[in-house]
Amino acid sequence: MPNKTFFWFFLPTGLAMILFIGLPIISTGIQSFYAQHDQVVKEVKKCDPFGCTVSIVVDQEKTSKIREEKPLGKFNGFGTYVDRNHLAIEEIGKFWNETNSFEEFVDQVTNLPFYKALIFTLTYCLFVTPNVLLLGFIIALSLNAVTRRIRGPLIFGTILPMIVTPLVGSLVLFWMIDAEGIIGANLQMLMDDPYLSLKSSKTLTWITIIIYGIWHHSPFAFVVFYAALQTVPQEPVEAAIIDGASRWQRVRHIVLPHIYPVVTFVALISLMDNFRVFEPIIGFSAEGSAQSLSWLIYDNLVNEEVILFGSAAATSMMTIVGIAILLAPVLIRTWKEFRTAR
Amino acid sequence: MEYGLDKRSNALKIFNTTFIIVWLLVACFPFIWTFWGSFKVRADFFSRADWWYAITAFNTLLETGGKFTTDAYSQAWTEGEFWKASRNTVIVTFFVVTISLFLGTLGAYALSRSTRNYAFWILIAALIFRAMPHITLVSGYLFPFFQLQIWGILPTTIVVLVAINQPFTLWLLYSFFKTVPKELDESALIDGCSYFQAFRHIIMPVMWPGVITAGLFSLMLAYNDFTVTALLLNQENHTMVPKIQSYLGTNQHEGNLMWAVSAVVSATAPLFMLVMFFQRQVISGLTAGAVKG
Repeated sequence: MPNKTFFWFFLPTGLAMILFIGLPIISTGIQSFYAQHDQVVKEVKKCDPFGCTVSIVVDQEKTSKIREEKPLGKFNGFGTYVDRNHLAIEEIGKFWNETNSFEEFVDQVTNLPFYKALIFTLTYCLFVTPNVLLLGFIIALSLNAVTRRIRGPLIFGTILPMIVTPLVGSLVLFWMIDAEGIIGANLQMLMDDPYLSLKSSKTLTWITIIIYGIWHHSPFAFVVFYAALQTVPQEPVEAAIIDGASRWQRVRHIVLPHIYPVVTFVALISLMDNFRVFEPIIGFSAEGSAQSLSWLIYDNLVNEEVILFGSAAATSMMTIVGIAILLAPVLIRTWKEFRTAR
Repeated sequence: MEYGLDKRSNALKIFNTTFIIVWLLVACFPFIWTFWGSFKVRADFFSRADWWYAITAFNTLLETGGKFTTDAYSQAWTEGEFWKASRNTVIVTFFVVTISLFLGTLGAYALSRSTRNYAFWILIAALIFRAMPHITLVSGYLFPFFQLQIWGILPTTIVVLVAINQPFTLWLLYSFFKTVPKELDESALIDGCSYFQAFRHIIMPVMWPGVITAGLFSLMLAYNDFTVTALLLNQENHTMVPKIQSYLGTNQHEGNLMWAVSAVVSATAPLFMLVMFFQRQVISGLTAGAVKG
C-alpha cells in the first residue's frame, strides 16, 4: 500500500489516538509539575473600644484572581513527586534516622499513602495473576473433557464473571460477603463470632479483593486457553498414550509446550489489567484498608474542595513508569525478534 | 479431546464433573442470588437478624403483602432517574460502537496491507496505549476539558471512549484482516478499483464476523465503563454504572441500597442476553490475537 493511501486510511484513528491518548499523557506530565495555589492571606486590623487586634484572614478576592490568571497553579518542579503523599523522600530519611529497628522503619514507610498503595497494587498483581492462569487452565482442561453437546451453556456460565463491569461484579459479591449477606452471616455462625466482618479486618479485605480478582479474571484465561487447546495436534498426544504416558505427563510435555506462547500473552494482559485495579475497591467499600495507585488518582480527582490536579498527575506519571517497567521485557523481546526477522 | 485411545477412569470423570459444577456455582450463583434478592425489600436481602429471611421473604410479606415486590425497580427507574441513565448509556454505546468501527476498520485495513516498518511500530504503540490505565488518561483530560468548557457533556465522553477503545479495536481487526487473502483486493486493484473501493466493495462484505466481534467489544467497553463516565460526565448526564455507584451513598448522604440492587440487575440483564446471543463472536474475539500470534 502506498504511503499516501496508508496515511489517509490511518488518519482518523491515528488522530483520535494522538489527541486523546498521546496528548493527555503529555498533559498529565505538565500538570504534575504544578501545584494548586496557596490561599492569599492578609492581615486585618480590627479596632474596638478595648484595643486593636490583628487577625489573619483569607483574601478571597486575590485568591480567586490568582486562580483565574494561572489556572494550572504555581510551578512546583519535582516538588509534588517528593512530597509526603508521593515519594516522601524527606519522611523516609527521617524514619531511617529515628527508628531503632528495620522492621519499625518498614512499618513507618508502608504507612505513607503512596507506598501503601504501591504495596497493595503489587500484592494484588502477585497473587491474582498466577492464580488466574492456574484456575483458567484447569477450567479449560476440564471443560474440554465434557461432551461437546453441553459445552455451550457451560461456557456461557463460565464467562459471566468476566463480562460484567468490575464495579457490578464486586458489588454483587460484596452484598453476599457483607455481614448482612448470605455468606457473611453464615461465616459468623460458623466461626461463632458475631462481630466477624470482612470490613473490620485489613487482611480479610485484602483476601476478599484478591479472591474477587481471581473470580473476575479467570474466565478470560479460560477462554484463551480453551481456544488454544482446540489447536493441540492429536498425533503426538496419541503417540504419547501408546507409549504409556500418564495424563499428567501428557499435559506437562505436550499440551503445555504447545500453548506456551498463549500463556505469556494471558500473563501479560492480566498483569496489565491487574496493575490498574481500582473499581473493586469502590465496590467493596474498602477504601479504609486497601488503596491502589489508581484509587489514589481517583481520590485526588474527586476531592471535594479543590481538585488536586498536580497530585493526581504525579501519581499518574509514576503509574505509567510502573507500566513501562512491566512492559519493558516484552517490548525488548519484540524488538529483538523484529530486528532478526528483517 | 475425544479420541478412542484416551480412556478416562471413573474417579477422574467424577472429579471432573464435581469440579465443573462447583466452578459454575461460584461463577453464576452471585448473579442468581442478586436477581432473586432484587425482588425483596431491604430488610430481607440485607437482613441483620437472619439471612434466611431473604428466602422466606418475611419482611417483604409484612411490608408489601406479597412474597415478591418490584418496588425497588419502579422506584429506581422513576424516582432514582435510572431511565435517564439508561438513555444516556444507549446514546453513548451507540455512537461509540459506530464511530469505533468506522475508524477501526479503515485503520486496521491499512495496517494489515502495509509492508512498511512503521506499520509494526504503530501496532507496538497501540499496545502501549492499551496498557495505559484509564484513570491516568482521565487525570490528563480533566484540566484541559475544564478550560475548554467541554466537560460534563455526552459528546466529549463519546470521543474519549472511542479513542481509548481504538488500540484494542485496531489489534482485533488487524488480526481479522490478516486472515482475508491479499489476492482478493489485489485483483480488484488490477481491475481498476481504488484502494477505498476495494476496501468498501470487496473486503468489507467478507469481514462481517470480524466487525461484529469488534463491535461487541466496543459495546462492552462503552456499556461497562466507570472510570471515564464517572469523572467526565456531570450528574445529569451520568450513564448506568456511575449511577449505580451514586445509589450506594457516601459519607454525606445515605444511598438506597435496594435501588442499587435492582439497577445492577437491570444493567446486567441486557448484557447477558447479548453475550448469550453472540457467544461465538465474543470467544473468537478474545482469542483472535492470542492463538494466531
